[in-house]
Amino acid sequence: MLAGYPLLSLTIWVPILAGVLVLATGSDRNAPLARLLALIGSVAGLLVAWPLYSHFDPSTADMQFVEFASWIPAMNINYHLGVDGISMPLLLLNSFTTVLVVLAGWRVIENKVAQYMAAFLIMSGLINGVFAALDAMLFYVFFEAMLIPLFLVIGIWGGPRRVYAAIKFFLYTLMGSLLMLVALIYLYFQANGSFEILDFQALPLTMHAQLLLFMAFFLAFAVKVPMWPVHTWLPDAHVEAPTGGSVVLAAVTLKIGAYGFLRFNLPITPDASHYLTGFMVTLSLIAVVYIGLVALVQGDMKKLIAYSSISHMGFVTLGIFLFNTLGVEGAMVQMLSHGFVAAAMFLSVGVMYDRLHSRQIADYGGLANRMPVFASFLMLFSMANAGLPGTSGFVGEFMVIMAAVKVNFWYAFLAAITLILGAAYTLWMYKRVVFGEVVHASVKSMQDLVPREFFYLAVLAVLVLAMGIYPRPLTEVMHSSVANLLAHVAQSKLP
Amino acid sequence: MNFSLNDVMPMLPEIFLLAATCAILIMDLFIADERRFLTYLFSLAALGVAGAITWSTATGVTAYTMHGMFVDDLLSDTLKLILYVTVGMVLVYSRHYLHQRDMFRGEFFALVLFATLGMMVMISANHFLTLYMGLELLSLSLYALVALQRDSAIAAEAAMKYFILGALASGMLLYGMSMVYGATGNLDITRIALLLQAGVGSNLVLIFGLVFIVAGLAFKLGVVPFHMWLPDVYQGAPTAVTLFIGTATKVAAFAFVIRLLAQALQAFSGDWQQMLVIMAVLSMAVGNITAIAQTNLKRMLAYSTISHMGFLLLGILSANINGYSAAMFYMVAYVLTGLGAFGMIMLLSRKGFEADKLDDLKGLNQRNPWYAFMMLLIMFSLAGVPPTIGFYAKLSVLQAVINAGFPRLAIIAVVFSLIGAFYYLRIVRLMYFEKPHDQHAISPSLDTRMLIGANGLAMLVLGVMPQPLMAMCIYAIEQSL
Repeated sequence: MLAGYPLLSLTIWVPILAGVLVLATGSDRNAPLARLLALIGSVAGLLVAWPLYSHFDPSTADMQFVEFASWIPAMNINYHLGVDGISMPLLLLNSFTTVLVVLAGWRVIENKVAQYMAAFLIMSGLINGVFAALDAMLFYVFFEAMLIPLFLVIGIWGGPRRVYAAIKFFLYTLMGSLLMLVALIYLYFQANGSFEILDFQALPLTMHAQLLLFMAFFLAFAVKVPMWPVHTWLPDAHVEAPTGGSVVLAAVTLKIGAYGFLRFNLPITPDASHYLTGFMVTLSLIAVVYIGLVALVQGDMKKLIAYSSISHMGFVTLGIFLFNTLGVEGAMVQMLSHGFVAAAMFLSVGVMYDRLHSRQIADYGGLANRMPVFASFLMLFSMANAGLPGTSGFVGEFMVIMAAVKVNFWYAFLAAITLILGAAYTLWMYKRVVFGEVVHASVKSMQDLVPREFFYLAVLAVLVLAMGIYPRPLTEVMHSSVANLLAHVAQSKLP
Repeated sequence: MNFSLNDVMPMLPEIFLLAATCAILIMDLFIADERRFLTYLFSLAALGVAGAITWSTATGVTAYTMHGMFVDDLLSDTLKLILYVTVGMVLVYSRHYLHQRDMFRGEFFALVLFATLGMMVMISANHFLTLYMGLELLSLSLYALVALQRDSAIAAEAAMKYFILGALASGMLLYGMSMVYGATGNLDITRIALLLQAGVGSNLVLIFGLVFIVAGLAFKLGVVPFHMWLPDVYQGAPTAVTLFIGTATKVAAFAFVIRLLAQALQAFSGDWQQMLVIMAVLSMAVGNITAIAQTNLKRMLAYSTISHMGFLLLGILSANINGYSAAMFYMVAYVLTGLGAFGMIMLLSRKGFEADKLDDLKGLNQRNPWYAFMMLLIMFSLAGVPPTIGFYAKLSVLQAVINAGFPRLAIIAVVFSLIGAFYYLRIVRLMYFEKPHDQHAISPSLDTRMLIGANGLAMLVLGVMPQPLMAMCIYAIEQSL
């Protein structure tokens, strides 16, 4: 019954149009109207995205909700959309995150409200486009275009070193994607003038070509994930970004990198992927262990969570390059879980920052006395970040570790260290912030959660717990697509 | 010898514009200063009528006239139409600027129209002499335009430099043409192409001539190592003239390159390709790296032009239909973006204040979000970030280069565009992330306001729907070469 509706186009264009409308409200005199429109837009975006899940057919690995229109016939570029079990959950995650971001910026942002809200809405639509595009050039256009609003968000509403962070972020990601552009054009000629991702996947390629293509895609996506050693933009960008920016960065944009690996690297260059497994796993494990240690010594809460994100994303890339069902599904679950947990952690830091205007752990202490409700929420999210069983954080990590055991015991051993490290840095931070005596006078005056904050933290808490206790509704939709992907990757594409 | 109307038809737009320009020149003598607006209107009208004539006489059939000296093909019609639009926009953008600086005089309009006529002749040239004549008509008008502000020392210096180096380049070009003439005994482009294809003439002499022709071309395009004049002229000339040089002349320069390299010397493409590779890479390197160090906006855009012309050469050096049409699309996209960039500088300037320092853009988003947004689109288009038109221009050129078998060149090109992105981003940074230090209200006239809005949004609209423009370029090149 929903077959006739261009659902994917709606998930892309509803937020973008809402963003343009919000932008049209103009100056800060109309801020309440801008906020309201933004909320309506983001909720509408989530509502149109919901049928993608409820009407999804989990039994097939084919693309669903497909839309096709000729866009630039001169270069055979098409407006070709569709989702499978890998991209659909990410699309929903993004639409959901947008609502959170709008709520989180409700009172905090008072300067250029319309521009702020519009930037996030437009970005949300563009990111949906990234996940839904089946034409490589369409993908690339969305992939690049979303940099512009994020660049502005960090640069305009960020902290003191925002300009440095924004430019670093933009140039790093542009570097990766420009090489990918060359790779895509090369593939276009190999595929006899087609930019269809599915055509690329079927294309036989020599090992030499595969290795070069793999490296081009690797650079583009590794920067986005981010993998060690190209991760240095992330802590800068996170620390300087406003809360909403951090949430989108952590919850969604990092996933684009991992999604790219699943959509481009693995199926287009399977032989190179197998050949370079050791390299990818090594980088992932370095991220997991070394970055985990780096997180331990951070004094700035946002930086700590940023490093913990990199460490968690190391799990995702590790799971992807283990080439078994458990690993890839674990990576997918880890992505979604991290989307919720990291969003929740950044929102919690945002709650504290709005009251005290500090992100330094040392400036807090004894928060439990003043903000008991908030402290309970933070407890749950910290536990999820540390990967406690029963929370969503555990499921993905456990699946990946199980998958790693099958491949190599030492991979699993090193990956499992993160369970200790994660617990160490998260809980130690929690202890220093929440427990103990109130030493700083400023903490004494802190108010507990307002209803708006309670609402979004509660929603996230429910999701984190639900995913931890009963992850099946999520893994179910991705089974066929993951199985299909792995079957495809197992076949050599050498001519 | 019979002289029929059919011989004149193909060059009707040129004849009309020449007559109209002379009429405007004479009429202007009898107009009082306060009614100078009429000259402006008549100039615009002349362009409009020329456009109507070109449009209605465009048959799609290639017609030669004046014993093969002049050609009217689809490429020339398309380029001329683009040229009219560009020059028209230059005039609208310049009106207010010229008014404030006491330069709103007949000379400006007459010179611009004569330069336009020269460009039209270049576009339709099918003979080395026609080409050269058009080029000189253009160049001489430009020298005078640069020096239009009589009391400005930098303008005079810029004009002097431009004139001397321009004369040198013309000399080189003529020398190269004479070598080709010596080897083939012909100056007619079509015939030269046929003779070279048949292998007539001494290879040594031809390649010797080719080197000089390419050097002359490179000077006119402003690519490294013949770029020295460009930053000084861009910075020294009044912004209205910079706008004209920075945009309209690129249309003619493109035609110039196509007529000489792609039509006359296509048989030697293997030889000029190598020269173009070196110049393209050097231009992208020098242009993009030097631009980072600039504090003057006009000078920065000059270096940016150098790098863009290098990129355009990448399309040309593919030496096939695909590459030429990609280069043409790139040129159109660049012209449109350049119009917006220089137009914005003029819009922000006022009497006694040029707005040509990078710092003058500080905090533009706070002063006026709409103009800041337009400038943002223009800058991202120059940087080649989707969804702006600049991206598709880069895409089509890269696609042509890889297709022609130069994947390494494509990688070099994207590395330099990354470096280039840095200084375009810096402008966005100044506009959006910094506080304004200049609080003057920006109050341009209605026509400029509308035009800059259309110009900026065109970056986005053409970026979402690049197909018509792309198809037009491909069709024009396919039908004419």
